[in-house]
Amino acid sequence: MQTYIIKRLLLAGITLLAVLTLIFFIVRIVPGDPARVVLGEQATMEAIEAMRARLGLDQPLWVQYARFLRGALSFDVGTSMVTGAPVLKVIGEVLPSTLELSAAAMVLGCILGIPLGIWSAVRRNRITDYVIRVASLLGLSFPAFVSAILLLLAFAISLRWFPVMSSGNSTTVADHLRQLALPAINLALIFAAYITRVSRSAMLEILREDYMRTAVAKGVPPLVVIWRHGVRNALIPVVTVTGLYLGILIGNSVLTEIVFNRPGLGKLIVGSLAQRDYTMLQGLMVVYTMIVVVVSLATDLAYGFIDPRIRYE
Amino acid sequence: MSEDIGFRRALRHHGRQLLRAFNSNKASWVGLVLFLGIVACALLAPWLSSHDPAEQYMGARLAPPSAEFLLGTDDFGRDILSRLLYGARLSLLIGLTSTTLALVIGSLIGALAGFYGGRFDLLIMQAMDVLLAFPSLILGLLVVAMLGPSIANLTIAIALTAVPAFARIARSPTLVIKQREFILAGRTLGFGDARLLGRHILPNIAPEILVMGSLWLGTTIRVESSLAFIGLGVPPPTSTWGGMIRSGFENILDSPWLVLWPSLAILLCVFSLNLLGDGLRDAIDPKLRGEG
Repeated sequence: MQTYIIKRLLLAGITLLAVLTLIFFIVRIVPGDPARVVLGEQATMEAIEAMRARLGLDQPLWVQYARFLRGALSFDVGTSMVTGAPVLKVIGEVLPSTLELSAAAMVLGCILGIPLGIWSAVRRNRITDYVIRVASLLGLSFPAFVSAILLLLAFAISLRWFPVMSSGNSTTVADHLRQLALPAINLALIFAAYITRVSRSAMLEILREDYMRTAVAKGVPPLVVIWRHGVRNALIPVVTVTGLYLGILIGNSVLTEIVFNRPGLGKLIVGSLAQRDYTMLQGLMVVYTMIVVVVSLATDLAYGFIDPRIRYE
Repeated sequence: MSEDIGFRRALRHHGRQLLRAFNSNKASWVGLVLFLGIVACALLAPWLSSHDPAEQYMGARLAPPSAEFLLGTDDFGRDILSRLLYGARLSLLIGLTSTTLALVIGSLIGALAGFYGGRFDLLIMQAMDVLLAFPSLILGLLVVAMLGPSIANLTIAIALTAVPAFARIARSPTLVIKQREFILAGRTLGFGDARLLGRHILPNIAPEILVMGSLWLGTTIRVESSLAFIGLGVPPPTSTWGGMIRSGFENILDSPWLVLWPSLAILLCVFSLNLLGDGLRDAIDPKLRGEG
């Protein structure tokens, strides 16, 4: 287990370095001078020079790269080019909102998706199975903003069950949950579509196993067989997929936050894009990278813990 | 001569396999017909649409559906049906070119990594995993934001996010096939690597890659519309489905049809491709074969 942990940690470090390098160069391929873009055409030469110096753009590329890496690894990603506020502080203010939304979506998605997938597998090639399969395929076809808009139209605008905007200024817990509900349901439905398909195919494989037949032959009631021997084993691939799904979840949460006008990383990204706040964008990317690398490391380690075979791959 | 027979036989064999897959799965037929319908609408847009998609009828702004404007008009008084039909062209164009680009580059990378193995394989696949780990919408968004939204830049950005998936899909069957007798026989006969890869390995891994392609076409269309919704699509006045939703979203309270029609168009398009790809994948996956 020790070698496995060291190997994973090393791999995570390399991945982190590679993605940070990628971000550094992508942000620098912007055509033209960022300082001029931010300050506008009317800016004086002195102002532009000052901005370039403040951003470190007057330094050679490798100095900029070293500074960027040092900053990223010590959680200092600079200040916003536009407002001058520390990037990390701005991100820290909205991050809990995004994490809350994602966590709610993952929990709801699993509660909905796992039973549906298992039900579908058990009733294979019956009408229930077909309905669940088509529904989950439909769920996968929704761009997150389209489903968000349809939910908004139906439940906030027509039925008025939920607020149209989740501005984040809630005073009571009930109010807070009402604002969280629609965005979380939107992300959860799409996540549930993935989970349904994964748990269905995992369960289908397990249903073919000898130990399942043995249990049935021994006279164990079918529901007990499915629960005790089937579901537990089918959950392993579901854990892996949840880790892999993170990237999609992040993208979908950006779109959902925009539709529901909910504060979070997504709205911050779009705001920085509109203001051409490159340092903020770069900081956001660094934070996303950290999240992705840490979560995939955690998934890998948890997985190695659950299934000893993984450690010796 | 001999390699030509192997090449054609592999293609014929896999062609028959795909056809069988189609016939055994009604859902993939439905998907194909729907998708071809959308392609036909896009190709015939100039003849099917009743108005110029950019023509502004100022007297009929935000008009509800009527005989003149079948699906209503937007806030500039432009005919929504015509904009939808022309928007289909752009979505399909960017989707098809970025998927094809990712398919070609990704499969080549994956096949080369699988074929040569060793350190080269390790390095390449590690790089692909890094790309795969990064949220694709965020990566696409960053690249488009930096390069500027144009059809070419969008295609490159979206393709970049899909390359690692194709590399992974192409690599694993290559690892299996390179151990097979006919490849060893080819080597014994003195065939070069390029010939073995191009004529013997690629045709044999083609079905997996093409099925993946049909599934990814749906994804790239979804990503393109998402980027357009965020405001990073092909700039106006060109009509794109995501862009139509973006501008219609401002009037969602009074004129919900502005967002409804393009939403349904995207959904139908991606769903048809998912039906098609999903049915095909079930049929060519030996583990799932016969499940229907």
